[in-house]
Amino acid sequence: MAEHASASLISARGLTKRFGEFTAVDAIDFDVAPGESFGFLGPNGAGKTSTMRMIGCISPVSAGRLRVLGLDPAMDGAQIRGRLGVVPQSDTLDLELTVLENLLIYGRYFDLPRRIIRARAAELLDFVQLTDRANDQVEPLSGGMKRRLTIARSLINEPDLMLLDEPTTGLDPQARHLLWDRLYRLKQRGVTLVLTTHYMDEAEQLCDRLVVMDKARIVAEGSPRSLIEQYSTREVLELRFPPGVQETLDGRLDDLAERTEALPDRLLLYTPDGEAAAVRVHERGFTPESVLVRRSSLEDVFLRLTGRSLVD
Amino acid sequence: MSTPAALRVYEHHAMVYRRTYQGSMISSFLNPVLYLSAMGLGLGTYVGRSGTAAASLGGLSYLVFLAPGLLAAVAMQQAAGESMWAVMGAIKWNKTYDAMLFTPIRIRDILAGHLAWVTTRLISVTGVFLLVMTAFGAAVWPSAILAVPAGVLTGLAFAALITAYSASQDNDDGFNALNRFVLVPMFLFSGTFFPVSQLPELIRPIAYLTPLYHGVELCRSLALGRIDPGPVFVHVVYLAALVLVGTVLAYRAFLRKLAR
Repeated sequence: MAEHASASLISARGLTKRFGEFTAVDAIDFDVAPGESFGFLGPNGAGKTSTMRMIGCISPVSAGRLRVLGLDPAMDGAQIRGRLGVVPQSDTLDLELTVLENLLIYGRYFDLPRRIIRARAAELLDFVQLTDRANDQVEPLSGGMKRRLTIARSLINEPDLMLLDEPTTGLDPQARHLLWDRLYRLKQRGVTLVLTTHYMDEAEQLCDRLVVMDKARIVAEGSPRSLIEQYSTREVLELRFPPGVQETLDGRLDDLAERTEALPDRLLLYTPDGEAAAVRVHERGFTPESVLVRRSSLEDVFLRLTGRSLVD
Repeated sequence: MSTPAALRVYEHHAMVYRRTYQGSMISSFLNPVLYLSAMGLGLGTYVGRSGTAAASLGGLSYLVFLAPGLLAAVAMQQAAGESMWAVMGAIKWNKTYDAMLFTPIRIRDILAGHLAWVTTRLISVTGVFLLVMTAFGAAVWPSAILAVPAGVLTGLAFAALITAYSASQDNDDGFNALNRFVLVPMFLFSGTFFPVSQLPELIRPIAYLTPLYHGVELCRSLALGRIDPGPVFVHVVYLAALVLVGTVLAYRAFLRKLAR
């Protein structure tokens, strides 16, 4: 680890955030390499946003060591922030200004010359498909448009590192896919992305590597694929029974799988071969209302690690 | 070539202001015209030039007595207007300050930029007020020009203290109380409309402690060319100290709210 630390864009050791008696982030360690796409996955309240705010040099570190771009946030916060692009959970756009004015003033915060800001703003509006809304007020824009404007804004200083806190929460599927595409293009250009999410598909789409956080701690780390291999089986058999039946099974199907998970509406059987398991369920005289065999996903890893479903 | 960060915050305020400046400029002219006509000319004719009440005005016509006091009071109102909902909104509702803090802007720059912007607005409204006063024949030049910096200082004392208050609140419930129980009584009883010496003896010390009393007295002595160095010094030091205290408190409140 130590020899990598200097090459890391972000390096955290024992990173801790306390609010009075409450510990929001409890001594976590992680490194983010240049060009990497790194995700913090976890339920609400796991400590993701607090971690992001410390990386963003907004929230002071309570304990531990944090280096961002090789610098100490406590000493060089303003200098670090000059090279970050931040997309916060809530857009924080200036509703009294137009789309273009939002970019212009934001560029000024970085002390960029107006000529350069104008040129970049035009490019960025094109990049996020808002060129024809440049002179419109921000207030009436859709949620997806505001989110895209926030992303364009965060790119005005051509950041080395982007921090995205739940970039697509609350957006409709089309808007999410457009955003993912734009983030993927940034990644292709070599921009390092650090994001938080509680969407499994988002993490699988965007992250090279991720950590799962639960109750202020990191509980697992790896690529989406390696996490699935490590914490789940190749396939999952989902059984949905008529109301009341699932409660009467008393574990009589447990020996058909490496592990089972009883959700309120269905039973999950973790097994290398879902079809074979389904056949044996029928052989034992059970007739579920629906049977689904699928590949394991991060959602399953999440259920295993945190013991509850993600979007709560 | 680099611009100080506080000035970049100031640019934001100026950009937002550009949308509303026409209405704002009109009201900064109309306000003094209306007040000075109604109270100074209209009501003023009922205020005799003799008797104990008149004597307490120091031989001034009511219009001439009133105008510089109103200048100070208008500075107070302007400062309050810029430092209540606007500050709470930028912290809590629109999160404009959060957005600034994702960039190299620091909390101290946000506060300095805010106070610099309020200063600009104060120069503008007190300057216009002085012009209107002059047109009404209620200013003695050249010393009257000093009423502008005096008004700005008065306004800044309020801006700093009220910004500290606004930043320390979790919602806007307190603003109505601040208006009703602090700002309006101060407006009425701090020597703008009648000398504090006319107040009951028990209440008078309270009036002497209010920032507005010192602002009114300072503006009045400067606008009318009746400069007594001792009291002027006391007023300036008192107001400057309040600016300082308010700024420190506001900075602490900003830290608590924005750097969590």
